[in-house]
Amino acid sequence: MDAFTTHTGVGVPLRRSNVDTDQIIPAVYLKRVTRTGFEDGLFAAWRGDEGFVLNNPAYAAGSVLVAGPDFGTGSSREHAVWALMDYGFRVVISSRFADIFRGNSSKGGLLAAQVAQADVELLWKYLEAEPGASITVDLTDRTVVAGDLTLPFQVDDYTRWRLLEGLDDIGLTSRHLDEIEAYEQTRPSHKPTTTPVA
Amino acid sequence: MATLAEKVWNAHVVRRAEGEPDLLYIDLHLLHEVTSPQAFEGLRLAGRQVRRPELTLATEDHNVPTTPGPISDPVSRTQVETLRKNCEEFGVQLYPMGDHEQGIVHVVGPQLGLTQPGMTVVCGDSHTSTHGAFGALAFGIGTSEVEHVLATQTLPLKPFKTMAINVDGELPAGVTAKDVILAVIAKIGTGGGQGYVLEYRGSAIEALSMEARMTICNMSIEAGARAGMIAPDQTTFDYLKGRPHAPQGADWDAAVEYWSSLRTDEGSTYDAEVHLDATELTPFVTWGTNPGQGAPLGAAVPDPARMGDENEKAAAERALEYMGLSAGTPLRDIKVDTVFVGSCTNGRIEDLRAVAEILQGRHVADGVRALIVPGSARVKEQAEAEGLDKVFVEAGAEWRLPGCSMCLAMNPDKLAPGERSASTSNRNFEGRQGTGGRTHLVSPQVAAATAVRGTLSSPADLVGA
Repeated sequence: MDAFTTHTGVGVPLRRSNVDTDQIIPAVYLKRVTRTGFEDGLFAAWRGDEGFVLNNPAYAAGSVLVAGPDFGTGSSREHAVWALMDYGFRVVISSRFADIFRGNSSKGGLLAAQVAQADVELLWKYLEAEPGASITVDLTDRTVVAGDLTLPFQVDDYTRWRLLEGLDDIGLTSRHLDEIEAYEQTRPSHKPTTTPVA
Repeated sequence: MATLAEKVWNAHVVRRAEGEPDLLYIDLHLLHEVTSPQAFEGLRLAGRQVRRPELTLATEDHNVPTTPGPISDPVSRTQVETLRKNCEEFGVQLYPMGDHEQGIVHVVGPQLGLTQPGMTVVCGDSHTSTHGAFGALAFGIGTSEVEHVLATQTLPLKPFKTMAINVDGELPAGVTAKDVILAVIAKIGTGGGQGYVLEYRGSAIEALSMEARMTICNMSIEAGARAGMIAPDQTTFDYLKGRPHAPQGADWDAAVEYWSSLRTDEGSTYDAEVHLDATELTPFVTWGTNPGQGAPLGAAVPDPARMGDENEKAAAERALEYMGLSAGTPLRDIKVDTVFVGSCTNGRIEDLRAVAEILQGRHVADGVRALIVPGSARVKEQAEAEGLDKVFVEAGAEWRLPGCSMCLAMNPDKLAPGERSASTSNRNFEGRQGTGGRTHLVSPQVAAATAVRGTLSSPADLVGA
């Protein structure tokens, strides 16, 4: 997983609340065997609507999504995070995230930055007035900078540390490789292996 | 002092630190084609290897057809082909369709002797709880956890609570492990086990064979528990002795000594306890659309209006509508179209013997389709060596190739909309056996008797028939 310190990219104003994971990526995309390439499923139903924000060329290259409260509710599918990241998003800004989505985000390396709803409104207004404008999200000092606006965001210390270090769950566990190896030395010889018996 | 589950947990802690989940070592990681592809893909993208391929085993089960020939559905075929490629690339042992060792993942592990007492066993499949019958701590995991175990052979986990399910007394004739677990789930509810490891104990459990114990532990997840366990005893050791991957010589003696210590210490306490009187149990069947909606076969379809709890009432009303049943109908009057014997719950040799004993000299009722699907290639061979296949075919049932089959509608074996089954599998959810299909969960004995009479029946109903 890539380390995240600061990111600057096109901000996308998604004026919706309760964006559930079935909207982020519909179930029909879950039958795949790959871990990448879910960008075509991102907001698949909404993208059929010409007026949908990502269909505006100014926002098409977006990497910072700004959405209303209760982002990521519903099914626990990890594909929701994969789809956002495959499309190119590195940050979702919202005034409230669903717990499971927030957990899945930190596993996948997507920053879920929580700001006050009043600040979401300010960002929406700015991005709608300046389509294609960039936003800078700085994880070291936990701020969002958009034009003249500098807004604080919340992310818990543990998640912030993991993102700054670029550690996914496996990366974290791999830091304790010596302890895993030490444990393996103590495993009794009667434990089986799957190597076929002649 | 510790419970069985705590002993196994504590023996696998690689790292324990304040404010972090425990990091547990995994002794055996089982794979199948449905939940593994993105885990392998994740490894590839991060440039990681499988840390201990020799503690990992894959089999093809969910998507495989149970009639001869290739997989016709392209999505199913892609999943199976992807598993083959991944196992080859990462050096994981795979038992593919047609192999002597192929079968349902939870049938294959135990029959090879790979599942042993005191182990941690995981698989991207909720019915991994099956392996708890050996006194192993065994549970299902999600795809990113599969990737984590492949890469590190460990899993960060928050501790479970423990619940004792005490079943004492002698089971009446014709009452089986399936009836016990259906009665347990009806008693504690489909969420009753949430957050717990269940430990089944008591004289009725101790009297059960290993295969019957697997049936019970298999459905722990249907009570909301991720794992179910039974303390190993002489029955366990006798089952394991001589199996291909069981310890041998001095290792066997050391293993048995260790395994014998895997019992809940006298005086240790569980977070919750439940008691069932085995002598009062009868053949049990489900009438609704979750495994907790069950009743004794001698009862009638319950009346939602008489249910006190509003949620329970609403769920029952919806279930009866889906199932096409009316309150008050005797369960024995319910006519079925299909009988399915098989799955990781009841697809083992003892299950097939029980079915054959009932079908011997009898015939499947007109208009009823009976599918009998062995849980593995070895179970199939054993059944054929005993002549069970002939009994099935002569009775008018279909004898199939091993796989998950009609348990889950991921392969060609499905119910048609509105079709009703008596099924030895584990889930009666809406659409589980095919869109619009209606499932009654039953024991193998009830399935066989139902096939003969065409309505939900117990073997006792066949006397003189």
